[in-house]
Amino acid sequence: MTKEKREILIFFIFTLAVLITPFFLQGSYFLNVLVFIGINTMLAVGLNLLLGYAGQISLGHAAFFGLGAYISGILTTRFGLDPWFALVIAAVANGALAFVIGFPILKLKGHYLAMATLGFGIIMFIIFNETVAVTGGPSGLSGIPNIQISSLIFDNDLRNYYLIWIITLLVMLFSINLSHSRIGRALRAIADSEVAARVLGVNARVLKVQIFTVSAVISAIAGSLYAHTMTFISPASFGFNFSIELVTMVIIGGLGSIYGSFLGAAILTILPEFLRVLRDFDIIVYGLLLIIMTMYMPGGLISGLTRIAEFIVGKIKSRGARHA
Amino acid sequence: MLKKMLRLILSMAVVGLMAGSAFAAAPIKIGALFSVSGPASFLGEPERNTAEMMVTEINKAGGIKGQKLVLIVYDTQADATKAVQAANKLIKDDKVVAIIGPSTTGDTMAVIPVVEKAGIPLVSCAAGIKITEPTKKWVFKTAQNDALAVARIFDYLKKKKISKIAILTVSDGFGSSGREQLVFQAGKFGIQIISDETYGPKDTDMTAQLTKIRGGAAQAIVCWGTNPGPAVVARNVKQLGMKLPLFMSHGVSSMKFIELAGDAAEGIILPSGRVVVANQLPKNDPQKKALLNYVENYKKHYNVEGDHFGGHAYDAIMLIKGAIERGSDSPAAIRDQLEKTEKFAGIGGTFQYSPQDHAGLTSDAFVLVQIKNKGWTLLK
Repeated sequence: MTKEKREILIFFIFTLAVLITPFFLQGSYFLNVLVFIGINTMLAVGLNLLLGYAGQISLGHAAFFGLGAYISGILTTRFGLDPWFALVIAAVANGALAFVIGFPILKLKGHYLAMATLGFGIIMFIIFNETVAVTGGPSGLSGIPNIQISSLIFDNDLRNYYLIWIITLLVMLFSINLSHSRIGRALRAIADSEVAARVLGVNARVLKVQIFTVSAVISAIAGSLYAHTMTFISPASFGFNFSIELVTMVIIGGLGSIYGSFLGAAILTILPEFLRVLRDFDIIVYGLLLIIMTMYMPGGLISGLTRIAEFIVGKIKSRGARHA
Repeated sequence: MLKKMLRLILSMAVVGLMAGSAFAAAPIKIGALFSVSGPASFLGEPERNTAEMMVTEINKAGGIKGQKLVLIVYDTQADATKAVQAANKLIKDDKVVAIIGPSTTGDTMAVIPVVEKAGIPLVSCAAGIKITEPTKKWVFKTAQNDALAVARIFDYLKKKKISKIAILTVSDGFGSSGREQLVFQAGKFGIQIISDETYGPKDTDMTAQLTKIRGGAAQAIVCWGTNPGPAVVARNVKQLGMKLPLFMSHGVSSMKFIELAGDAAEGIILPSGRVVVANQLPKNDPQKKALLNYVENYKKHYNVEGDHFGGHAYDAIMLIKGAIERGSDSPAAIRDQLEKTEKFAGIGGTFQYSPQDHAGLTSDAFVLVQIKNKGWTLLK
């Protein structure tokens, strides 16, 4: 089987799994958790394009997510715009902002880039918090309408699940395609050595800004969808902590792997739910698990799991050989 | 025809009996959402402790109409997303009949759409006026509105003939809601706000804002925030040698504030629930019995003074208990009975809900207290 065919098969199986999952979870609250996993997957995939492929860190991605949510929330509640239209405006506005700030910010490298994006995140958080007349301030913006397609209103977990996941799958498909394209290869070259990439004729400066913009647009779409499924937003969800959580998702899942981003998003969303039984100790165990995962699976869950699978297959094979 | 009717009645009776006996054995599940960790843990922790204590006490006394109570508590970490997930879990997985909390206005606003859709009564422990205005079918609250606290302070200022004030509020949910009310009500009391300053929830020095206030013509300072910010303000005021009287919000009416501010706390006046001055209340105060009982009980269980915030959870549990006692333990019945709550003397005040009012308190829910000798004195 060629690599391309295998890729298509994997995506097909993944899509099928996503589409049939709700039938096993009728009426369970877990469907609601899966909706959030979908949103987080979108965010992690978007950040992974920047962090995993192009090797550029962003500690301010929660700000793009928040901006998408707020633009969508404000346009629909205060100006009565259709949620779909608001989503498009949020995506375009976010893209434009990322494009404009991308040029100066992405000139920076390493720790300096981390600091600049961190600063951007904090500035946006302060804006969400302090412009009470526009955003509703710290106590939030409520009454955001659900997304609607003619008479179909996405107001329950099942409908939201399909809405969010279909868009998440599209984002994943787009990202997989992008990573296999000439641009994807150029990005990986930049991540390995920007100087070498430029010597080979890759326009690193523009490409980095472009991927930053794409990443911001994906975050805005996720933000807008979040606002319309939650129907309420408050600045606390878009703070520095969430930026870090997103970076953690990408790293735990596996840098430069789209399915890894899904795994990272899934683990970081589900784990706190399971750890609830530990009550006050949940945060400690959560931290410990993250440390253990990064220590023993440095390439992320996706490569860790592949290695484990290969190990098991190898054992079985060698056993078979001995018996023969 | 008669036969049919008889059969119907008989089968209904059998079903009723079975259901009745099944319910009598099954415990009543009540959910709780508190911000036990995270930035609002100063609210969530005493609330959780109080709720757990109350449920233990109620069960020890035989439960509600013979049914035991089970409390399921989830931590929201003051994050709207986590609050919504936890609320969904309580409703769909744990199948609770009512929910108390969340602790903050933001979390409460986030879970309102969830409970409204599912039809589960929610008794919030947050103060924001938006929670119950406009009135929502399934949502009640126990924490006093900021509007009432502001009215208490302004009433006092008017009596003391102070008409020019400076306000210093924290930029979080509590502070912005307080600021809104301060600005909104000032005109009504003939008070002029000379300067309107804010500070960040994590700021550790407010001398810049205070110096600015000192330069103006303000006759008093009203600071609106929760620990630890206001303690810094109190200390800064003292360091700067400012002689202006300092007023605080009910957000600091716990011993923790006096501990943090030290000597600088002396003389500060604030509106507070009656819980901190339970001993000084006149004998005929309707809340006195509940207050003393709560303070004593909390001390016995947790070795610290029960505060105002834990009181919100006390009231929420007791209101739901009352509603179940009067009606049944189905969510709809609890809601209907909650709305009919009359003259329930709790920790936060005397509650009187109605179809138009799901907040249930009047301005007498607050008393003004002054900090003297590291303790609270009731201001008459």
